[in-house]
Amino acid sequence: MPDAILRSDPGTPANGPAAARLTTIVAEMPDGSSITVSQVSKTYRILRQEDKDNYAAEALIKRLKGRKKRPETFEALHDVSFTVGWGEVVGIIGRNGAGKSTLLKIINRITAPTTGRIELGGRVGSLLEVGTGFHPELTGRENVFLNGTLLGMRRKEIAERFDAIVEFAGTAKFLDTQVKRYSTGMYVRLAFAVAAHLDSEILVVDEVLAVGDSDFQAKCLGKMREVARDGRTVLVVSHQLQTVSDLCTSALYLDAGRLVLHGTVEEALEEYKRSFARSASARQVPRHRPGTGELRFTGVGTASDITRPGEDVCVEFAVGANPGLGKRYYVSAFVVNEDGMVIAQCDSRVVDFWLDPSTDVQGRLLMRTPWLKSGTYAVDLFLYAGGRATDIWEQACHFQVLPVTPYAHATTPDGTDHGVVYPDFDYAET
Amino acid sequence: MRTVVITPPRRFSLPKVSELWEAREVLYRFGARDVTLRYRQTLLGVVWVILQPLLTAVVFTLVFNKVAGLKAPGGVPYAIFSFVGLLAWNLFSGIINRSQGSLVSNRDLVSKVFFPRMLVPLATVYSCVVDFVVSTAFLVILMIVYGISPSAAVVLVPVWTLMVVLLASGVGLVTSALTVRYRDVSYFVPFLLQFLLYASPIAYAVTAVPAKYRWVYEINPLTWILQEFRWGFLAQPMPPAWQIVLSVVVPVAVFLGGAVIFEQMERGFADVI
Repeated sequence: MPDAILRSDPGTPANGPAAARLTTIVAEMPDGSSITVSQVSKTYRILRQEDKDNYAAEALIKRLKGRKKRPETFEALHDVSFTVGWGEVVGIIGRNGAGKSTLLKIINRITAPTTGRIELGGRVGSLLEVGTGFHPELTGRENVFLNGTLLGMRRKEIAERFDAIVEFAGTAKFLDTQVKRYSTGMYVRLAFAVAAHLDSEILVVDEVLAVGDSDFQAKCLGKMREVARDGRTVLVVSHQLQTVSDLCTSALYLDAGRLVLHGTVEEALEEYKRSFARSASARQVPRHRPGTGELRFTGVGTASDITRPGEDVCVEFAVGANPGLGKRYYVSAFVVNEDGMVIAQCDSRVVDFWLDPSTDVQGRLLMRTPWLKSGTYAVDLFLYAGGRATDIWEQACHFQVLPVTPYAHATTPDGTDHGVVYPDFDYAET
Repeated sequence: MRTVVITPPRRFSLPKVSELWEAREVLYRFGARDVTLRYRQTLLGVVWVILQPLLTAVVFTLVFNKVAGLKAPGGVPYAIFSFVGLLAWNLFSGIINRSQGSLVSNRDLVSKVFFPRMLVPLATVYSCVVDFVVSTAFLVILMIVYGISPSAAVVLVPVWTLMVVLLASGVGLVTSALTVRYRDVSYFVPFLLQFLLYASPIAYAVTAVPAKYRWVYEINPLTWILQEFRWGFLAQPMPPAWQIVLSVVVPVAVFLGGAVIFEQMERGFADVI
């Protein structure tokens, strides 16, 4: 809902984020579980641009006029219940908007549930976004203390772990440099290092592994396994299914705010892939798709459903007119593999291709020599006008790549198994 | 091991003191961050903190003393008389000004990390108090230079300072929460503060006000506190007892009221900001 702002509904008593009632009881958890979520729902009120009062004066006038609209609501989470034991690493998977982040935010107490109850067996440390609370003007050392405190560490704890944090991040030389002079890599490493040294009983991680180089990622994964080995609990949200299957001992699969499955990682991944196919047909109907709807795709197709590595892939699409729009618009496409990983992006702005909304348009996207490996690929299509997504069509079409390699010489499978794509490469003595 | 239970909030909630106490280090870190950033260029920071009220006091002296012909009571140099007023005023307006936009400028934190949100506007008190201490030190120098001796009531100045802090924080909590919701609050607040600057006896003595308008000043909590400051520093007459009592009761009430209102408005921050 890019055109709407989500807001907690103050109309019902049972709502609101940090205002969540918290009771701290000094007692053992009865059943030894670390997280117990029972019947948790979260409802947001959808405020469209025109009903939103940005100005106090405006709100006052409306109140005086007595005009009150019943707001639409949006249920981000519906009746979710599950229990997690100590020492488990639980992956949370689901498509965008399935409620993964909302669930993490509730567990983190950033936002409060509308109904339901959550019991946590200890402190929650969060890695929602690396570097939150880092201030560019402060030095590395100052930021470690500031960030550590925000994440819930005592000054003494930070001081004790300071050396370990710095060593983990590998930024010892730059401790007294302002972080605005850091490279992105250094910044991220230092930020992750602080969070990784939290000794909270529960660690919540959201998409942080998408950052850093592969060495650092491996270090992070190792750190998370270590946390779990200590008998603590880790919750991980990731779009990278590889991460989930490498790291997690169980998984939750969420779809449209409902908990569909809580089981082994394999079961959850299987269900995730199946649901992709199921919902694809629903998205054929334009009004069922997200986006503002000012412009919609009216049709899409691939020139041929089956290709070989190295062959051109051609996606044809049609967009309906909206003469009133008045702004030119552009198209973007993602190529997504079976694991849900986006392996290529084709944004029409980078080739300076813009479309006019005053007439119906037929267009095509031609991807040359994408040396894709064998498998089924989905194409997600997007329309953007004036900075807003007017149509988001995930899995708009599919194509298959045949199991052949584009290389001149065949070899045993271990020569071509690794990697996501087949590169066009050459060796020579120089 | 302790268990944390999360349930939906009640319709009316009071600030949770134990939670605020738990997170007191966050308050300190935020405060330290603001002070560090402000005084990082040490010389410039300190000079500005002294220069700003000093120049304002000079302007007030020119306008009210030289042009309008007002006199400071008790033969105190006019510039020092208005400097004492500005000392208290700058603490008051500084806290309101800095806390007002604090939640919006820290929106990353508010929407991504859990901690009592009230600490964000409250932490602005730190840097304002540091400024206050620096200008007070300068005032002491000025008093020595001019040979002005304070009254015994100067020992109560820390109490009045605390009252200014409480009064301003109470207002700051409400305005910071309103700013999250309504953008125009950031236009109203500076205007109201400027209005209050001239409507309070900062640049002039309350005795300079015609008797028939005097009551407007007498109901203004800032008038009470300003007179208490001048009573201590400049040995001016002691304000009436009812003003002294109310100058403690009202700031405490405003602070508690502000905290309760903030707590009600806080629900929804992470979803809006």
